[in-house]
Amino acid sequence: MKTLREVPIGATVRVVKLHGEGAVKRRIMDMGITRGVEVYVRKVAPLGDPVEVNVRGYELSLRKADAEMIEVE
Amino acid sequence: MEKQIRIALAGNPNSGKTTLFNKLTGSNQFVGNWPGVTVEKKEGKLIVDKEVVLTDLPGIYSLSPYTLEEVVARNYLIEEKPDAILNIVDATNLERNLYLTTQLTELGIPVVIALNMMDLVRKAGDSINVKELGRQLGCRIVEISALKGDGVTEAAKAAIEAAKTGKTIPQHSFSGPVEHALAHIEEVTVHNLPEERQRWYAVKLFERDEKVLESLNIADSVIAHIEQDIQAAEKELDDDSESIITNERYIYIGQLLKGIYKKKGQGQLSASDKIDKIVTNRILALPIFAIVMWLVYWIAMGPFGSFLTDWTNDVLGGAWLTDGSRAILEGWNVAPWLTGLISDGILAGVGAVLGFVPQMLVLFLMLCLLEDCGYMARIAFIMDRIFRRFGLSGKSFIPMLVGTGCGVPGVMASRTIENERDRRMTIMTTCFIPCGAKMPIIGLIAGALFGGSGLIATSAYFIGVAAIIVSGIMLKKTKMFAGDPAPFVMELPAYHAPALGNVLRGTWERGWSFIKRAGTVIVLASIIIWFLSSFGSVNGRFGMVDDLFEDEELVTDEYVAVLADRMGIPEDEVVPMDDSILAGVGNAVAPVFKPLGFGSWKPTVATVTGLVAKEEVVGTFGVLYNYDAAAEQAVDEETGELLFDEDGEPVMEELDEEGSQIWANVADDFSKFSNGHGKLAAFSFMIFNLLCAPCFAAMGAIKREMNSRKWTWFAIGYMCVFAYVIALIVFQLGALFTGAANAAGLIVALVLLVLMGWQLFKPYREAASLTVQ
Repeated sequence: MKTLREVPIGATVRVVKLHGEGAVKRRIMDMGITRGVEVYVRKVAPLGDPVEVNVRGYELSLRKADAEMIEVE
Repeated sequence: MEKQIRIALAGNPNSGKTTLFNKLTGSNQFVGNWPGVTVEKKEGKLIVDKEVVLTDLPGIYSLSPYTLEEVVARNYLIEEKPDAILNIVDATNLERNLYLTTQLTELGIPVVIALNMMDLVRKAGDSINVKELGRQLGCRIVEISALKGDGVTEAAKAAIEAAKTGKTIPQHSFSGPVEHALAHIEEVTVHNLPEERQRWYAVKLFERDEKVLESLNIADSVIAHIEQDIQAAEKELDDDSESIITNERYIYIGQLLKGIYKKKGQGQLSASDKIDKIVTNRILALPIFAIVMWLVYWIAMGPFGSFLTDWTNDVLGGAWLTDGSRAILEGWNVAPWLTGLISDGILAGVGAVLGFVPQMLVLFLMLCLLEDCGYMARIAFIMDRIFRRFGLSGKSFIPMLVGTGCGVPGVMASRTIENERDRRMTIMTTCFIPCGAKMPIIGLIAGALFGGSGLIATSAYFIGVAAIIVSGIMLKKTKMFAGDPAPFVMELPAYHAPALGNVLRGTWERGWSFIKRAGTVIVLASIIIWFLSSFGSVNGRFGMVDDLFEDEELVTDEYVAVLADRMGIPEDEVVPMDDSILAGVGNAVAPVFKPLGFGSWKPTVATVTGLVAKEEVVGTFGVLYNYDAAAEQAVDEETGELLFDEDGEPVMEELDEEGSQIWANVADDFSKFSNGHGKLAAFSFMIFNLLCAPCFAAMGAIKREMNSRKWTWFAIGYMCVFAYVIALIVFQLGALFTGAANAAGLIVALVLLVLMGWQLFKPYREAASLTVQ
C-alpha cells in the first residue's frame, strides 16, 4: 500500500482511499482530499515535517503522520 | 415595528471575509468573544442599512462537529436562525469554498453568494460563468472585490432582499442509495420540523453527527431503525456514511464546475508559489524567518519601542499622572490618605496600564501585518515540528519571543493561534520566559550572592524555556487539554499585500480591548497592594504608616525595639513599611516558603509587591533594608561634584535598578534565615519569582485572552504551584550537596519529582470527540 507519506517531492498522485476514522479522516476530506483527487507534493518544511501539497488548486500543509492515512497510486 | 434583520457572514478562512465585514460595517462594529471560548465574535450594523445586524462567523471549511469554530458557527446558524446568510466565496479556490456552500444551502436559510477575487481569476486568464453557477446552485451570486470595495453594497442589498423574501433550496442531490436513506430518516425523525430545515438534519443524522444526535434527543429504537438504512447505504457504496457524503459533495462540485470554470493557465507557478520557493525553501527558510523575527522584535522592543514605553511610563505615568497629581492634591491640602489613594493607587495603576499600550500597539501592528500578508501561516509551517511536541502550535513561537521583552503583548499575541487548546496552552506558558521586568531580580540575586555571574541570567532563560516545555508536555496529557480531535491540517493562503484598513483596525481593536478588559483588573489590584503596604496599625493606632511614624510620641524607642523584635530585624533597619498590613501578612504567610529556603517575611513581601510589577521587587527590598538611611549623596557623572536640588537640599542617590547598594544586606539576610545556605535560598527565591504568577498587567492580558474565569484562575494557579514545586525541588536537592539536607523536605521533593516524571513520560492518547464547555 503506497501512502502520501512516501511520495517524493514533485510527484503527482491520485488518492485511492482514506484510512483512519472519525474526526481525523473527516478533516482531511473536508479540505478536499477525497477519493480520486489529484495531489501534487510540493515540498517538505525545513525541519522535515509537515509537508506542503497542492490539492484542488490550493496549498495545504499536512503532517507526515496524517499523510500516512492517505492511500495513493 | 419591523423586526431587525440579522445576516450571518460565513466563509472559508482567507477568503476576504474580514475585509468584507469591515467594508460593510465600517466602525459600527463590536468585537468580543463567543461565550466561554477564545473564539473571536464580531458583530456590526451595516453602513447601508443601520437596521441590519451582520454577524461574522468564524472562518470555517465545513459544518462538521469536530472543531470549535465549526461548532460555534453551526450552533449560531441553527439556534439563532439568522434571516439570511451571506456566503463569501474565494473564486481562486472555488472547489473548496463551494464545499461549504453546499452545506449552508441545506440549512433552510436563504443564501446569497459574494464571489470574491474575480479580478485575480481574470488576471490568470481563467473564466467563470457566474450566471450559470448561480442558477445551478439556486442562489443569487454577486461578484465583489472586497479589497477594492466593488460590488460590496450590492451584495449586502442582495442579502437583505433574500432575508425578506428569499428562499434557498439546495439544488444538489446525493446518489440513489443515499437519497433513499435520507428520505427514510426524514420520515421517522424530523418530519415535525419546518420543511426547509429537515434536509440538513437528515444529512447530519445519516453522517451519525453526535452533536445533532444529542440535541435532537431521538429515541433509541428510532436510532436503531435509521442505523439499518445507513448501513445499507454504506454497504452498497463501500464506504462509511460521513465519507460518502463528503465525497459526493466534491463529486457534485467537480461536475458542476466542468462547464462553468474554464482554466487557461495549467500548472504554472503562481506568484505566491514563486515567493514560497525562497521563503519556505529548505535552506533559506530558517535564516529568513530569523531575520523577520529579529525585525519584529527590534521594532517593538528596540530603540523605538522602548523609547515609547519609557516615555509613557516615566513621563506620562510617572511625572504627569503620579507625581503631577500628587503635587496638585497636596497643593489643595487634600488628606494624605486620599492623595495616596489617588496618586499612588489609582493613577499609578492607570499609568501602569497605559505604559504597556504603545509597545503593544506597535507589536500588534507587526503581527497584523504578518497575518494579513500570509507569512504567519508559513511561520506555523516552519516551526510546527518543534512546538507540537509540547502541545503548542508553530505559531506559539511569536508569543514566546515577544514575551522575552514583555509578557503582556506576548500573551495577547497568542490570538493568532487557531486551535483553542494550543492557544490556551500558549497563554499559560508564555509568562515563564524571563521578561524585561524580571531582569532586575536576576541582577539583584546574581550581584548580591553570585558575584555578578552572567551564568545566573543564562540559567534563568534555560529554566524559563524548560518550564514551557515541561508544562506543555505534562499538561497536554491531562483531560483539560485533550483538545480538538482534528489533525493539524492547514491552508497556506496566497500572499497578498496587507490591507491597511484591516491592519489598523485590528491593531486598534486589540489595544483598546486590552485597556478595557485588563485595565480594570490592573487598577483594582494596584489599589489593593497600595493600601496593604501603606496602612497599618502602629502602636495601636491605625492609619498611613509613613505619617504615623513621624509622630515621635507614638513611635517611641521602646516601640521600635518591640517592632524590631517582632519582625526579627536589627533596630536600625526599622522602616514604617515594617508595620504595614502587608508586612503583617507577609510575616504570617512566610513559613509557607520555609521548604523553599526563604521562609522570611521580607522576601515574601517583596514577592507580593512584585505582582504589581516585577521591577517592584528590588525597590521593595530597598525600602525594607532602609536604603534611604544609608543612601549617599548623588554625584554628577561628569564632573564628580556633589549634586544639590533647587532648594539647596542634597540630592540622594537613588537605588539603582539591580539594587547594587543593598547587595550586602540581601546577602546577609538570605544567609541568616536559611541557616547559611544563602546562595541556594536566593537562587530558589529567584526561580520562584521568575515562574510564579506574572504581574497584574499580564494577568489582565491572560484574563482577556482566556475569556473564562475558570481558565484564568487555573492559569495563574498553575504558575504559582509550578513555581513553588520547582523552587522546592531545587532547594531541597541543592541542600543535599551543601550538606544540610532536611529529611522531610527531601522526601517531599523526591516525591514531587517522581510525580512530574510520571506525568511527563506517560503515553499520550488523542481525544476522540470534541467537548465544548
